[in-house]
Amino acid sequence: MGTARTAVLPRLTAVTTAEPAAVRLRRAGQLAGLIGMAPVCLATAGLTVSLLGMAWTWVALPLLVAVLAGGRALADGYREVAGALLGEHIESPYRPLHDDRLVTRVIGPLRDPATWRDLAWLWVNGTLGVAMHAAALALLLGGCWQLVLPAVWAAWPDTFHDYYGFLPVNSLPMAVLLAWPLAAAHLAAWWKLEPVLTRSWAQLARSLLASTERSRLIRRVHELSESRAETVDTQAAELRRIERDLHDGAQARLVALGMSLGLADEVMERDPQAARALLAEARAATSTALAELRDLVRGIHPPVLADRGLEGAVQALALASPLPVEVQVDVPGRLPAPVESAAYFAVAEAITNVIKHSGAATAWVRLTWRPWPGATAGGRAANEVTDGRLVLLVMDDGCGGADPNGGTGLRGIERRLGAFDGTVVVSSPQGGPTVVTMELPCASSSPRTSPS
Amino acid sequence: MRVVIAEDLALLRDGLIRLLTAHDFEVLDAVDNGPALLRSLVTHRPDLAVVDVRLPPTFTDEGLRAAIAARAEVPGLPILVLSQYVEQLYARELLSDRAGGVGYLLKDRVSDVGQFVDACRRVAGGGTAMDPDVIGQLLARNARNEPLGALTPREREVMELMAEGRSNAAIAARMFVTEKAVSKHTNNIFAKLGLPPSEDDNRRVLAVLTFLNGA
Repeated sequence: MGTARTAVLPRLTAVTTAEPAAVRLRRAGQLAGLIGMAPVCLATAGLTVSLLGMAWTWVALPLLVAVLAGGRALADGYREVAGALLGEHIESPYRPLHDDRLVTRVIGPLRDPATWRDLAWLWVNGTLGVAMHAAALALLLGGCWQLVLPAVWAAWPDTFHDYYGFLPVNSLPMAVLLAWPLAAAHLAAWWKLEPVLTRSWAQLARSLLASTERSRLIRRVHELSESRAETVDTQAAELRRIERDLHDGAQARLVALGMSLGLADEVMERDPQAARALLAEARAATSTALAELRDLVRGIHPPVLADRGLEGAVQALALASPLPVEVQVDVPGRLPAPVESAAYFAVAEAITNVIKHSGAATAWVRLTWRPWPGATAGGRAANEVTDGRLVLLVMDDGCGGADPNGGTGLRGIERRLGAFDGTVVVSSPQGGPTVVTMELPCASSSPRTSPS
Repeated sequence: MRVVIAEDLALLRDGLIRLLTAHDFEVLDAVDNGPALLRSLVTHRPDLAVVDVRLPPTFTDEGLRAAIAARAEVPGLPILVLSQYVEQLYARELLSDRAGGVGYLLKDRVSDVGQFVDACRRVAGGGTAMDPDVIGQLLARNARNEPLGALTPREREVMELMAEGRSNAAIAARMFVTEKAVSKHTNNIFAKLGLPPSEDDNRRVLAVLTFLNGA
């Protein structure tokens, strides 16, 4: 789901060597603000340690929870800043908590190595980190000061008559001659060193704040067991629904059909008229049973998906929709059947949402499959498999304002795709348009030339 | 009338053979897979082929593909496709060569023997027989679209029955009006859909096609 990220320093971009001065100056201003955070870092680190010392007094526990949470928020902020400067995403490495009890909220973080690495970072940043920022800032400000110094001398010649206390200044050209070479030296040093310092700071932050391999694996295991549990639940619920549908639908109709036929058999001799009516009834029952079975089958695995693959099935979906739906498909080869099915139902659900809620006049569906950069085809020559990802876009020109947490539809899509490590992002400002972006990592196999 | 049947389930195949033989159709061949169907259609050139969409070897839309391939070789070869489910996509593909002589029905329509045999005769005669389910899907979709939106409710009703493949006389009987009234409606429909005057049968197919394309 699209997480509303707290945008710390939103316009910060990755540090490169070829940035215009304006970008660098803006960055200098933004990072200068971070210097002010040094006391906060040190205070948080210090407070955590002293509260830990007092943990045996139960009063300290709620405070400790608050400070730990504060520390994490702070570290997350630095993750974002450092990530932006490095042009990458630095994930939070924290282990998820299993419940909401106070004890868990204290013990959990304390047993998480990430907390201790955070503490180390708060300490390092409060001292060394700030020094790095300050050094860069000092070069810039020093340069600027030298640049304006002649003007200052001209304005208050009596106050600033000595340069560095021992070089007497008595004319404007003299002041310029003394100050500007120094200004140039400062600014040149700033221009050269600022990217190095900033990058080093960000790398230092990453080394302490990013996930370690171990914490990544622990989180992955947690995610997988969660999505597996959801998948199993969903499947069980689905099977129950199918059982109920069959029991109340087709099975019941067949029973009724048997009864009608039996009765018809009985009255055939005595009352052909009644027998005929019973036979008509039986025929109607077969039609209804078949219609119900058809609906059921469509819900399990739509026949057109089996026939024509994802592209054909989505086109059939668009044709059957009461709304004009434009379909654009760029998926070479066939995807694994479970992925096709998940993608189909996700698109179907998204289109249903458009029809039900958006009031749109037109909808667009775009399916694209792209290999991961650098992925090479592997597998047997007859059936080459390439790793990549499938992106499903469903857009409409409706009223927008869709709430991802509002209905069960989007949640269902999320669950369906979650089993494949897929994601759903909804962008739906008030007034529209709504764009639902779904992504599924999956392999594609090159089309088989002859069905065996 | 000479018929070729393609159906992989023996029970249904025998049922179809019995049903059609009982109504004076001569069953030339009954096959159970796609490649055999294509061969049989091209050799026998029957007056009608009754084809199940899903056939071996792939158990996907093999029957439909074979039917379309056969029509490419034998233009206008009348084909009645039967299926457990209907898709507009398939109806469109069947009709896309604009030659008529096409039917697309749910398998359960066979249980109404009279209507089914009627549909068989109609398709063999170059007409169309679209399942009411296909038409229903279309109506839900095209309620607002031009030029179909320009049809009056009465004309839409005629259009629906025409798409199912009924003759003017049958439509008149169904709607409790005179045949002349129906033919007035059909002429209005042709005009609104911008179909130039030509042979009536062909225009009917084109009208149905416009309808199916949701143009």
